[in-house]
Amino acid sequence: MAQTYLQHTREQSAALKPSRKRRWGGAAPYLFIFPWIFGFIVFTLGPLLFSLIISFFDWPIVGKVTFIGVDNYVQMFTNDPMFWKSLFVTLKFAALFVPLNIIIALGLAMLLNQKVRGSAIFRTAFYLPSVISGVALAMIWSWVYSGDYGILNYFLSLFGIQGPDWLNDTKWSLVAMVVASLWGQGSMMLIFLAGLKGIPKDLYESASIDGAGKIRQFFSVTIPMITPTILFNLITSIIAAFQQLTLALLLTGGGPLKSTYFYAMYMYENAFKYFKMGYSAANAWFMFLIVLVLTFLVFKSSEAWVFYEGEMKKNSQKKLKAGKGGQTG
Amino acid sequence: MRKTLTYAMLIFFSLLFIAPLFWAVTTALKSQQELYLFPPKWIPSVWKFSNFAEAWNTQPFNLFLKNTVIITALSTIGQLISCTLVAYGFARFQFKGRDMLFLVVLATMMIPWEVTMIPQYMEFNYLGWINTLKPLIVPSWFGSAYYIFLLRQFILTLPRELDEAATIDGASKMTVLFRIIVPLMGPSLILVAVFQIMNCWNDYLGPLIFLNDQTKYTLTLGLSQFKGMYGVDMQSIMAITCLISIPPLAIFFFAQRYIVGGIATTGIKG
Repeated sequence: MAQTYLQHTREQSAALKPSRKRRWGGAAPYLFIFPWIFGFIVFTLGPLLFSLIISFFDWPIVGKVTFIGVDNYVQMFTNDPMFWKSLFVTLKFAALFVPLNIIIALGLAMLLNQKVRGSAIFRTAFYLPSVISGVALAMIWSWVYSGDYGILNYFLSLFGIQGPDWLNDTKWSLVAMVVASLWGQGSMMLIFLAGLKGIPKDLYESASIDGAGKIRQFFSVTIPMITPTILFNLITSIIAAFQQLTLALLLTGGGPLKSTYFYAMYMYENAFKYFKMGYSAANAWFMFLIVLVLTFLVFKSSEAWVFYEGEMKKNSQKKLKAGKGGQTG
Repeated sequence: MRKTLTYAMLIFFSLLFIAPLFWAVTTALKSQQELYLFPPKWIPSVWKFSNFAEAWNTQPFNLFLKNTVIITALSTIGQLISCTLVAYGFARFQFKGRDMLFLVVLATMMIPWEVTMIPQYMEFNYLGWINTLKPLIVPSWFGSAYYIFLLRQFILTLPRELDEAATIDGASKMTVLFRIIVPLMGPSLILVAVFQIMNCWNDYLGPLIFLNDQTKYTLTLGLSQFKGMYGVDMQSIMAITCLISIPPLAIFFFAQRYIVGGIATTGIKG
């Protein structure tokens, strides 16, 4: 993503260089971007480096600060069942949440992309939950999931099913969390919708001339054309899954039996409940590394499955030419 | 046939998405006796609008509202000003290290907030800002990567000839920005404002970490208090849930065409 934009600006600057470089230079541009530079140093870079430093210390919020080298990290990996437990819960959550999130968002976007009356109303309906705060969402879901009088169990009872006490049942609590998280994800649907609207109609036309049915069209036109959007949504979903905290704090508090005790929650509690700032910083850095590695792997793999429009156009033109050739010959 | 199926699915899923919200509203209006009925009653037999006022008065929600409005307003103004300046700097100037710096802007979006959370807390603690609204306002005045990116993309689509014509007429860079660029940026500035208002209004973790005195609480913190209190009626929780959701819903309703159009044009592709 970044590369393409950079290329874009580079082309522009190349075009500008000979005539305007001097006129646009000087101190002025730095004054314009100064707010960001200052904010970056004070609120991002400084804290980022500082958190790395803290992670090598025993650093309570009040009291004596002691340098302990890599002890926090050693402790984390060798002598902390809660660390592994919360990491495992988060990975399980991500494994459920990320694919479902993408499939559902894409499915809804495809439905909305049909020519229907009142599409603005449907779009609003799907997006509404994303507008509401996580706290309000959690309150609503704690009520929906109630074992005794929740609407979810009411609906199941209509089919003669006795539903569990969702949030207090270790078998279902994490699934319940996934569903509640999916409900507030309308923005991903909108991003997919924008991607779908960007697919040129003539691709579908030429595909159907070639005799491709709807399903074939979906896999050979729609999916390849929105792979950049899928990549974007995949990465943001992974990051979102690892940072899930609000819902867990409010819906289950990590329970029952730590079945929804997310990694982010463990980090939060280490810092602001047990005041182990150094240890929590080490946790945070490890999470950062996991997310970075996952993102890197996704980017790496994307070379194999993401198609950018430039390449697509060339290919489809080739295809068109080949098709025309076939027809006339 | 295909059309019918599409409509059926659209309606089915819309209901699925709206049902819990609808239920929250009707629960807020129910009387005590109808709360725990099973099967649940969708429409209350008596509409108790007094629930809203009662719930609002169980905690100092007027104060929470005031705090939330202050944070939201000041941080949104801050984002609009700082992000416009920075985006203009990146979009319209040539300078050493620009592309590198812009790459850093983009990279900051990837840093999980949790990594900087603890040092930021210590930083604000050192400054004496804990339990004030400052940690929730001040950082917004230095621009967020996401908005800078969004606005820069928009400025790049404006023809440079406009700037040049004004410069030839003797306008300074600032004049060009505020007389020519900003008036054309309307839709994308509205988009930034809407996003920031939503984020601020709905934020929970920021206030949770930085505020500990009830007089400084925001609406979301006030609502979450119900969770820990014993014996509070569910209809109070739902009444507050509904009340604090009205402003973001109203903003979304009026701004949705900008949001939808804005996402389509900011170039998520590539």
